[in-house]
Amino acid sequence: MLPLKEKDKPIIQKLLSAGCCARCILRFCCVSVQAAYRKPPEETLEELQIFINDTKNDKCQDSVALDSTDEYKSKDAAESETSEDPPNKRAKLETSITDAQSEEGAAAVVKLKDGDSRVCVVCLGILQELCGTTQAVKITEAVKAGNYEFDTLVLSVSLPAQLCVREHSCWLHVKKEVREKGLVLNKDDVIQVKEAFKWIMQGMVAKELGGIAVVTKVSPFEVSVEFTHSETDADCHFLAATCPDCFKPTKNKQSVFTRMAVVKALEKIPDGKFLKHYPCPPKQPTSSCSPQEVQCLRVSVFVAGRYNKFCRSLPQTPWVIDGERRMESSVEELIAAPILSAFRADGFNFSSSGREDVDVRTLGNGRPFAMELLNPHKSRFSKEQMKQLQETINQSSDKIKVRDLQIVTREAMSRMKEGEEEKTKSYTALVWTQKPIQREDISFIDDIKDLTLDQKTPLRVLHRRALAVRQRAIHSMSTRFLDSHHFYLRLKTQAGTYIKEFVHGDFGRTNPNLCQLLKTDTDILELDVESVDVDWPPPVPE
Amino acid sequence: MSRTPFFHFLFLDMKGKPCEDHCILQHSNRICVITLAETHPILQNGRTIKCINYQISNGCSRLKNKVSGKSKRGGQFLTDFAPLCRITCTDETEYTIYSCIRGRLLEVNENILETPNLLLEKPSTEGYIAVILPKFEESKSITENLLNRDEFENIISKRSSAQSQPS
Repeated sequence: MLPLKEKDKPIIQKLLSAGCCARCILRFCCVSVQAAYRKPPEETLEELQIFINDTKNDKCQDSVALDSTDEYKSKDAAESETSEDPPNKRAKLETSITDAQSEEGAAAVVKLKDGDSRVCVVCLGILQELCGTTQAVKITEAVKAGNYEFDTLVLSVSLPAQLCVREHSCWLHVKKEVREKGLVLNKDDVIQVKEAFKWIMQGMVAKELGGIAVVTKVSPFEVSVEFTHSETDADCHFLAATCPDCFKPTKNKQSVFTRMAVVKALEKIPDGKFLKHYPCPPKQPTSSCSPQEVQCLRVSVFVAGRYNKFCRSLPQTPWVIDGERRMESSVEELIAAPILSAFRADGFNFSSSGREDVDVRTLGNGRPFAMELLNPHKSRFSKEQMKQLQETINQSSDKIKVRDLQIVTREAMSRMKEGEEEKTKSYTALVWTQKPIQREDISFIDDIKDLTLDQKTPLRVLHRRALAVRQRAIHSMSTRFLDSHHFYLRLKTQAGTYIKEFVHGDFGRTNPNLCQLLKTDTDILELDVESVDVDWPPPVPE
Repeated sequence: MSRTPFFHFLFLDMKGKPCEDHCILQHSNRICVITLAETHPILQNGRTIKCINYQISNGCSRLKNKVSGKSKRGGQFLTDFAPLCRITCTDETEYTIYSCIRGRLLEVNENILETPNLLLEKPSTEGYIAVILPKFEESKSITENLLNRDEFENIISKRSSAQSQPS
């Protein structure tokens, strides 16, 4: 038994004649019992017709009501495009007072034939044959084909924007009727097509997948179903003329008639204006919506760690100029490859707490990094498995090494970027001097503390950075004499200090610099990062 | 490691004036540093500098050049013979230093205003005149008509032999 009330009867009658399917009628009656939508539509239709035919019998006893219903019927008959025969119907009504049973049966038969073949004017078939077992099987097959690892899934559905327009039209269609009875039907109380669709499909998909929980709100695994209906895309176009400020021109070729824009315009447009531009009820479509490919997306997983770089000819990211790769491989590719395949992810975004040049090694504890893995088909990894994965990466190449590999949250990314600006770093540089030196000539450097530098953007990066002067601090230094033209210089500096430019001076654009301090031309032959002093990610015990 | 990726290009006898040779140091990222070549008159005969003026006309001072952002908006666009500065020596000789290449002026060296000696002692490094960013599409073509180091050495050696011949 459907939870319908007396006041619903005029709504049902009007929407039936307008060409709405049974389930859409339930929605306009604000039926929120999910089970009602899961019944076969033919059954629901039958129940609706039985329900309204009850009314007809009641109303016929009141002659005034009969007159008004007669008028109402004839208007409907003129408006609707069904193959019903209005005179027959009226005749049946007038003689129905005593013969209620047989009459309602006959009327029901007539309606049933028509109801089945027509595409609903509001949902365009979405709540008709497009939410049956065929659809559920299609969804299930796509999920299985993706071979994802998941406990729950959330179903999301994308409907063509014109459904809002058609819904609005039907709502206006019954609004008048409802008001005459002194009642109110809030557009917000009408059950949304999306909701009804999910009520019907969730259970079916869960069953097909053998009992996986199909959640209603939040799950890391989202299965998206999209429907399009090119036949009625033009339904939205009149809104661009009536509410131009809702539709901003888009940069890409996509349609400007997004759901959001259409909904906004419908909220603004006065009823009278709407009715002038759009039929009420909406026109009968000739086809149902077309379902598009089912898309599966698992929310990103974040993997963090620290890396060492032992090679002096390895860039951080792939070095490609004019489509040609200039250098073999990169830090991020070497780290990402085994992780991508273990998590069966579609792609990744790599970021680290600062970077080093191609020709610079990263020693010590290494540099913190974090990777976002996009659409990982596998996401459950134990600590043991992560250790194993770390080992795999380390075995794969002698150019890099990773440690403390672990799964982290999205928020972790910001912790890592913190380090880039605020923390200190230590380096060792191999310095060449033009004039010959002795141990005593460089010992004073060990005593320099908190030296403030003014560094103009180095010429070697000026083509891709803004021109600016940056103040940076060298906290301490220590030297190790090598020979009359070489020594090792250890430095502990503020994050963002350009070491190479401090050593050679960069045409005097970094002040003070080592040339000035030593009163000779100097250059840097080698540079190593000794430590990146960020205490994140947390160390993973061996 | 660091200073090496600069290629030397030379522009001789700027505007027909003998030996007013300019040197263009181009980095592998296309940025150019304009300096005096070691043969320039300013660096000969023990000259000292009286003043350096970046105000090249009533309406234009290279010191007012301001670039902003990654794309260096606002930088004065220079053509090959755009003047960069005028240098007056204590012996009253005057020289104009020119851009030599087309591009956007990024900066002029203000250190030499304070310490003109830098220009005499370190003309190829701390005594540079200006930094210019050529257009990406022109990065190679701007140096096509300039001499490389070998060609330069060749020509200046011919200069000295020409000078030593009686006229």
